[in-house]
Amino acid sequence: MPNVRVNLFSALLPGLALMVAGCGDGSEQPTPQPIRLAEPVPVTLDAFGRPAPDVLAEQQQLHRGNGEEPQTLDPHRAEGVPTANILRDLFEGLATTAPDGRIVPGAAGRWDISRDGMTYTFYLREDGRWSNGDPVTAEDFVFSFRRSVDPATAAVYGRMLMPIENAQAILAGDQPPENLGVEALNERTVQIRLDDPTPYFLGLLTHASTYPVHRPSLVEHGDDFVLPGNLVSNGAYELVEWVPRSRLVLDRNLDYHSAGGVIIERVVYYPIEDENTEFQRFRVGDLHWTDQVPSNLFGWLSVNLPQALSVSPWFGTYYFGFNLTRGPFRDNLPLRRALNLAIDRDILTGKVTQFGEIPTFTLVPDGLPDYEPPLPDYAILTQAQREEMARELYREAGYSEDDPLEVELRYNTSENHRKIAVAVAAMWKQTLGVRTRLINEEFRVFLQNRAMRRNTEVFRAGWIGDYQDAFTFLELFHSAHRRNDSGYDNPRYDRLLEQISTERIPARRRNLMVEAERMLLGDQVVLPVYTYVTKRLVNPLLKGWEPNVMDFHPSRQMFFVKSRAQAEAEAAAMQPEVAPETETDSGTTGDVTVVEEGTT
Amino acid sequence: MKGETTIDAFEQAMDKRRVKGRSLYVDAWHRLKRNKAAVAGAIILLFIMVLVTVGPMLNPWDHEIPDWDNYSTPPSLDTGHVMGTDALGRDLFERVMVGGRISLLVGVIATLVSLVIGVTYGAVAGYLGGRVDNWMMRAVDAIYALPFMFFVILLMVVFGRNIFLIFVAIGAVNWLDMARIVRGQTLSLKNKDFIEAARVSGATERQIIGRHIIPNLLGVVVVYVSLTIPQVILVESFLSFLGLGVQEPLTSWGALVNEGAQELETAPWSLLFPATFLAATLFAFNFLGDGLRDALDPRDR
Amino acid sequence: MLNYSLKRLASAIPTLLILITVAFFLIRIAPGGPFDSEKALPPEIEANLEAKYQLDDPLIIQYFRYLGDIAQFDFGPSFHYRDWTVNQLIAQGAPVSFTLGGIALVLAFVFGVGIGIWAALKQNSPSDYLTMSVAMIGISIPNFVAAPILILVFAITLGWLPAGGWDGSIQRMILPAVALSLPMIAYVARITRGSMIEVLHSSFIRTARAKGMPEHEVLLRHALKPALLPVISYLGPAAAAILTGSVVIERIFTIPGIGSHFVQGALNRDYTLVMGVVIFYGVLIILLNYLVDLLYAWLDPRIRYEG
Repeated sequence: MPNVRVNLFSALLPGLALMVAGCGDGSEQPTPQPIRLAEPVPVTLDAFGRPAPDVLAEQQQLHRGNGEEPQTLDPHRAEGVPTANILRDLFEGLATTAPDGRIVPGAAGRWDISRDGMTYTFYLREDGRWSNGDPVTAEDFVFSFRRSVDPATAAVYGRMLMPIENAQAILAGDQPPENLGVEALNERTVQIRLDDPTPYFLGLLTHASTYPVHRPSLVEHGDDFVLPGNLVSNGAYELVEWVPRSRLVLDRNLDYHSAGGVIIERVVYYPIEDENTEFQRFRVGDLHWTDQVPSNLFGWLSVNLPQALSVSPWFGTYYFGFNLTRGPFRDNLPLRRALNLAIDRDILTGKVTQFGEIPTFTLVPDGLPDYEPPLPDYAILTQAQREEMARELYREAGYSEDDPLEVELRYNTSENHRKIAVAVAAMWKQTLGVRTRLINEEFRVFLQNRAMRRNTEVFRAGWIGDYQDAFTFLELFHSAHRRNDSGYDNPRYDRLLEQISTERIPARRRNLMVEAERMLLGDQVVLPVYTYVTKRLVNPLLKGWEPNVMDFHPSRQMFFVKSRAQAEAEAAAMQPEVAPETETDSGTTGDVTVVEEGTT
Repeated sequence: MKGETTIDAFEQAMDKRRVKGRSLYVDAWHRLKRNKAAVAGAIILLFIMVLVTVGPMLNPWDHEIPDWDNYSTPPSLDTGHVMGTDALGRDLFERVMVGGRISLLVGVIATLVSLVIGVTYGAVAGYLGGRVDNWMMRAVDAIYALPFMFFVILLMVVFGRNIFLIFVAIGAVNWLDMARIVRGQTLSLKNKDFIEAARVSGATERQIIGRHIIPNLLGVVVVYVSLTIPQVILVESFLSFLGLGVQEPLTSWGALVNEGAQELETAPWSLLFPATFLAATLFAFNFLGDGLRDALDPRDR
Repeated sequence: MLNYSLKRLASAIPTLLILITVAFFLIRIAPGGPFDSEKALPPEIEANLEAKYQLDDPLIIQYFRYLGDIAQFDFGPSFHYRDWTVNQLIAQGAPVSFTLGGIALVLAFVFGVGIGIWAALKQNSPSDYLTMSVAMIGISIPNFVAAPILILVFAITLGWLPAGGWDGSIQRMILPAVALSLPMIAYVARITRGSMIEVLHSSFIRTARAKGMPEHEVLLRHALKPALLPVISYLGPAAAAILTGSVVIERIFTIPGIGSHFVQGALNRDYTLVMGVVIFYGVLIILLNYLVDLLYAWLDPRIRYEG
């Protein structure tokens, strides 16, 4: 068990007393004391840039809360963030990411990109090995890419490989998988040919659908190749135990090419869907890392657990979509614009979502290195001015206080969606007099209604980018995209998207994308609300990870450091009689003491 | 499922009292009046019903529109929110009143739906008897073996989230107990001496049903209703826990209690007030129901 | 007796068949399918998935194929947990639910009957009202409220017990078992009290007392057995619900039982898994009802079964 000591008495008793006594006056509540989590020692690095051995804690077992139970560990069939987290530990694609989210060499030690951006040549690491000791070969990758697009695999994310030559035709069953533009030039060299230059292609190679699978075990075990005992993986960890909906245990893969740099020895993933439960289990020390934080706890956490709370921007946008194929929004731009301007994003993020979500007027999140979303001119106005504009547009659209718009707002069952929908409906009512009917639907019913565009009027939507490029947002509104639930059908927009796909010069491509987004926002196809943040609780002793926009946090990069209290105790034990005048000699005489510590 | 508990008690009780005449209801009324818990239950219920009806009229706040300046604030006379506000700044008193209307409505209407289906089904099966009865009860057994929640959830998913459908869905699943009780009653009534006597003395079928069978079923039904309403309110609260309850901006005690449970530490008042109303109502119904059962069963006192 | 058992067994088959048919078509009516997700699938891939799971045949063919499969105890692959079969998932979850439900049942029986008898003996006294009111709290507070409060008090504030999770250790079972049994304790207590009062007023108890039999002997030897009859008939079907887990308790305590499959399976449109647990539950109910009858025969010798 993780050895975190949490002292909670003082923080909780007031709340409990209030409950029991049923007393109504909150002002009598004494100021809560912060919960004490052990304080870490500062991280010092050794000559190789790795954490120095004397700051590392003895226990290096990581317990991670991980949202939903994975649907499958087969990387080619997998979907969902929780599964991706586990697969990132088990497998390694040609490329991978650094703690800050930068793309760095993975199974391939290096690569060349042809001048036209259409051919990628990957040179696999000489020491790349599967967890059973087999070498990771170019053939493994060829086999895996083919499997990923093979219709027989029925891969959910097969479309991630669409840029590769012939992938689309293979997915559709028109060509055999052997025609895929992936080739083994020799034992350790893989060449991939693309249909179009795809600047974000390396980013796709961090996705699970491009991970290699171990062919012999697949042949031997069939669909059961992912079960513990059968699964052979090439990542930093291997699967040792999997109790569905309970826990999934990974141990360090000693055959991994950089096994020497992996410090966390064992990772246990717990599927915990209920955020409150996850939070309580973090508090009692069951978990070092949570997947989520209950959305109403920001105030409480910033007082009681500030050192464990981590909030950072995520590559996703929360928005509302309009159904453009039927009334009242069809051909009524002023109305859509009015509803957009009437909502106060600062209140929504400041009071409803609370965790520092970033209010936004654009679809593509800010913060991409080579893309600047086009801000609409109303973005710089005050909310009062925007509301004034909204009222004018509302009248222009043909509605008034006496003849108000009656509109249905659909959202799927979730605490957060509910709160935002209620607040938005109230804002529309107060500013414009709109009568909103809120319709909360079960997820699959909601998705179906959205896709059919028959019942929906305004619907809640959100999109987390699949890869680090604005295109992942823009392509959603192509008239033929399956998730274009607004039914936006603008030939000029479609043409722009096609131009973007084939454009080779980065600056021109960027300009085309800005133009596309401007068109989208000008037509007010969607009503962007905020940029998502990732929010979680992390034990302060866990280091080595950094917040990043993709929210990728492989366990192999992490490590536990000693608590300050422990380090001080050790220092005291080391030199019991000498007054600590100099504090620099701790590393020199440490050997014996460390061994003693280890045996106690 | 829980309704099962009451079946035996009913049947035994009803067997005993059936033989007596109609004055039994007068006796029962006297007995009920002497049962302090039942009387207290009735008074509490009356009070709550009046409060949820009148309360919103006396309260200045709207149950839909947030008070943007008072998000999740504790009860206070200064802000004018006597029970505080919820996580969206809406007046909790107003929400509890509106939620109470819905919860009570759900309870009563769903119970009536199950009553109509159950009484009809049970009476038909019991009265016709024989092979028809056998098959009808076989069907009830099969539905009994269907997990209740699975059934309700599918109904909610299939038919959307309309508040009337919630009533109907819950009622449509809850009628099984009623059907069994009524069937049993009808079956045994049919062959009772006093029915035979009426028949022999030339009473028509209609008179028999009107004068003897229905009045004799009435007692069971009243007790059943008072014990089923609280169960239905709980079922609704469970649906709210799953997020399948009533649509915003409407609410129910179940939904409020569920929201409150999320804020156990941060905003205890948002659990305390709705939970108190919910528990008080369930208490009251249960005491009243027990009282009615005892009152209709003369043996004990 | 044997004859009776065989008859009961035979009559269970049509009941099960009705159950399976109703459940099968009900879950298929629900809009949406098991492979829907926010990231829409290209049509080719959706077709591939449907072909893989044989969802592209007419429904009626799927129905009969399903009947054929379950006749061989093959409940098929789960559509949601795609690396597992329904058989595996139930085999993994059922022992968890049985353990937890079993503990809760024992708690409910011991405490419920105890409280009920005590209240019956003190009928209409203040302590009767007090205990029954306390028991009523168990019924009046939904367990999604009781469970977080238990966690807050015993795991967070007092630090006596874990806050959730399941590893087979007793500590992690206590809180969920208590939360699961609370409403049942209340029901059992009420039923026991009612039937006990009735029995205590009956003539044979009066006779026994008149004969000068010691009070504890009257209670244990004569009153208890008949008083337990209604409790047993309540616990039979209730046990099926408890043993197959509770979605609320499993969710709040993160317990990998099968209770959440009833709800999550339906919401995920995991057709095979939902059918699997529904049939499991149905069989359990039928078995338990049979068991109740046997217990009745043992507790009340007046009941005889007609061949």
